[in-house]
Amino acid sequence: MALNIPRRAGRRRLRRFTRRDVVVLSVLLGIPILLDIVIIWGPTLASVGLSFTSWDGVGDIHWVGGDNYKNMVENYPVFWPAVRHNILWLLFLGLIATPFGLFLAVLIDRGVRFSRFYQSTIYLPVVLSLAIVGFIAQLILGTDQGVVNTILNNHDDPIDWLGDSHLNLWMMMIAASWRHTGYVMILYLAGLKSVDPQLKEAAAIDGANERQTFFRVVFPTLRPVNVIVGVITVIEALRAFDIVYAVNKGRNGLELLSVLITDNIIGEASRIGFGSAIAVVLLTVSLGFIVTFLVQELRGARDR
Amino acid sequence: MTADIRAGATTRRPAPTTTERPTPRRGPRPGRFGVHIFLMGVSLAFLAPLLLAVYASLRPYEETAQHGYFSFPRHLSFEYYRRAYTESGMGKYFTNTLLIAVPGVLITLFLASFVAFAVSRLKLRGGLVLLMFFTAGNLLPQQVIVTPLYVLFNKVPLPWWMSDSLTMYDSYWAVIIVNIGFQLGFCVFVLANFMRTLPQEILEAAIVDGAGVWTQFWRITLPLCRPALAALGTLEFTWIYNDFLWALIFISNPDKLPVTSSLNNLRGQFFTDYNLLAAGSVLVALPTILVFLLLQRHFIAGLTLGSTKG
Repeated sequence: MALNIPRRAGRRRLRRFTRRDVVVLSVLLGIPILLDIVIIWGPTLASVGLSFTSWDGVGDIHWVGGDNYKNMVENYPVFWPAVRHNILWLLFLGLIATPFGLFLAVLIDRGVRFSRFYQSTIYLPVVLSLAIVGFIAQLILGTDQGVVNTILNNHDDPIDWLGDSHLNLWMMMIAASWRHTGYVMILYLAGLKSVDPQLKEAAAIDGANERQTFFRVVFPTLRPVNVIVGVITVIEALRAFDIVYAVNKGRNGLELLSVLITDNIIGEASRIGFGSAIAVVLLTVSLGFIVTFLVQELRGARDR
Repeated sequence: MTADIRAGATTRRPAPTTTERPTPRRGPRPGRFGVHIFLMGVSLAFLAPLLLAVYASLRPYEETAQHGYFSFPRHLSFEYYRRAYTESGMGKYFTNTLLIAVPGVLITLFLASFVAFAVSRLKLRGGLVLLMFFTAGNLLPQQVIVTPLYVLFNKVPLPWWMSDSLTMYDSYWAVIIVNIGFQLGFCVFVLANFMRTLPQEILEAAIVDGAGVWTQFWRITLPLCRPALAALGTLEFTWIYNDFLWALIFISNPDKLPVTSSLNNLRGQFFTDYNLLAAGSVLVALPTILVFLLLQRHFIAGLTLGSTKG
C-alpha cells in the first residue's frame, strides 16, 4: 500500500504545484539549505582544507600536505592520551551509563507508584548547563571543604579528586554520566511505552519468564530507540568538552580531543592548521557513526 | 500499528499508561518494595548534588571553610543570592541570553517545520537526501566548524544599527545564526518523524479543495503539530540557554555575553567564595529547572518524539 503512493504523487506533482507554490517552496527550502551549507557543511569542508596548511590565523596560508597529521601522531605528546581518554569516555558511557539508564527505564515502566517523581528527578540533571555540573563537581570533590573528603574525614591527607591525574578523568566521567543516564532513561521509557502490551502477554502465555520476555521479545522491538541511543552515546563521548573545560580547562589528565582543538585554535599559539587536523580526526570518527545511523534511518523510512 | 496510536494521541489526551495498562498481578508482590527502595535511593543520589549546591549557597563562607560543606548549619540566609545577582550584573546577562534564545528558538522552529513538512508530506524527490543532509549536520562536533566561521564572521560587515562592532563577529547575529544552523537538523528530524504519523487524508482533502503549499503547511499541518512544537520549543530553549561555547568564541565584548558565562564574574582573581558561586549557579540554573518542572509533560514528550515510530 505504501509503495504506490510515491509513484502516484510523482505523476500528480506537475499539476499540484502552481507558480506560487514553487516560489514558496524555493524560498522556504532555500533559506534553511543555504544556512546549513554556510554554517555547517561549508566550514566543515574548509576545516578539512585548512588541516593541510600551516596557518596562524593572520598571515599567509601555506600548503604543507600531511605534515600536520604526521606531527600530530608523532610529535604531539598529548594526542594519544587524549585519544585514550575519549575512548575511555565512550566505554564508560556505553557500558555503564547507558545500560543503567535502560535498567531504570525498565524498572519505572513496570508501573511502580510515584513513577512521575522518579522519572523527573533522574531526568533533572539533563536540563543543567555542563558548566554548572562542573562547578557542582568542585563543591563535592574539592580538596579541603569538599563533601567526599569531609565524609572520609581525611583532613590531614585529603584526596585531590579533581587534581590527581589518575582520578580526575573518572570523576568527570561519573559527572557526565549523571546527565547521560537521565537522557537515556527518558528515551527508553518512551520506547517501552510504545511496545504493544499484547506482545508481552503472548510471550507470557508461551511460558517465557520476565527476563526472557525482555531480552527476546521487548528489546528487539526497541531497535529504533537503540540506534538513537547508540548514536547519542557516541556523539556525547566525542563531543565531551564543557565539563572538563569548566573544571580545569582540560589539563593535567583531562585532555580530550575537543579540548586540544580548542587550545590550538583559540589559544595563544593560534595553530589553526594543526588544530584543524585534530578536528578532521574527530570528524572522521563521528562521520563513521553518523553514516551508520543514517543508513539505519534510511531503511526505517523505506519500511514505512 | 504504533503510528495509529500516536496519531490518535495528538487529538485525544493520552491517559497515563502506567495506571491504565492491565497488570495481571495487582497486589503487592515480593520485589516491589525492593524496587521502590532502589529507585528512591537512585533519585536521591541524583538530586543530592543539586541540593548540596542550594545548601552551600545558604551558608556563610566562614562556616563552610571551617567545617566543610557536609556539616550542620548554624546560620542560614538568602544574602548570597542578593549578592550573586547584583555583583555579577546578572540582570543584564539574562537579557542577553533572551535576545539570543528567543529569536533562535522561533526561527529554528519555523524553518525546521517547513523543511520537515516538505520532506515528509509533499513526497518531493530527494526528500530523504534532504533529511539526511540536515540530520547529519546536527551530529558533527562543534569544534570542527569553529575556525572557518570565526574567519567568515570577521569578514562579514554589518551596518551600525545591526551591530556596533560593524562586523558579524562580536554581535548577537553570529550566535543566533549559528544556533539556528546547528539546531535545525535535530528539529527537522524530530518534526519529520512526527508529521509522518499524521493522517495523509487531511492533506489530500485540502488539495482537492485547491489549497496551495503554503495553506497546506500553515493552516492545516502546523496546527496539528502543536504538541511537537511546544515540546521542541522547551527543549531548544534549554539547549540554547545552556550553550556557552558559541558565545565564548564569537563574542568578545564582555557586556554581550550570555548568562552562563556571567558566573565567571563571581570568581575573584585571588580568592573565590564558592558559596557565592553556588548561589550564582542556582540562579542561573533556575530558569531551565522551572521551565522543565512547569512543562515537564511536553519536555519529556519532546525528547521522545523522534525515537518512537511504528
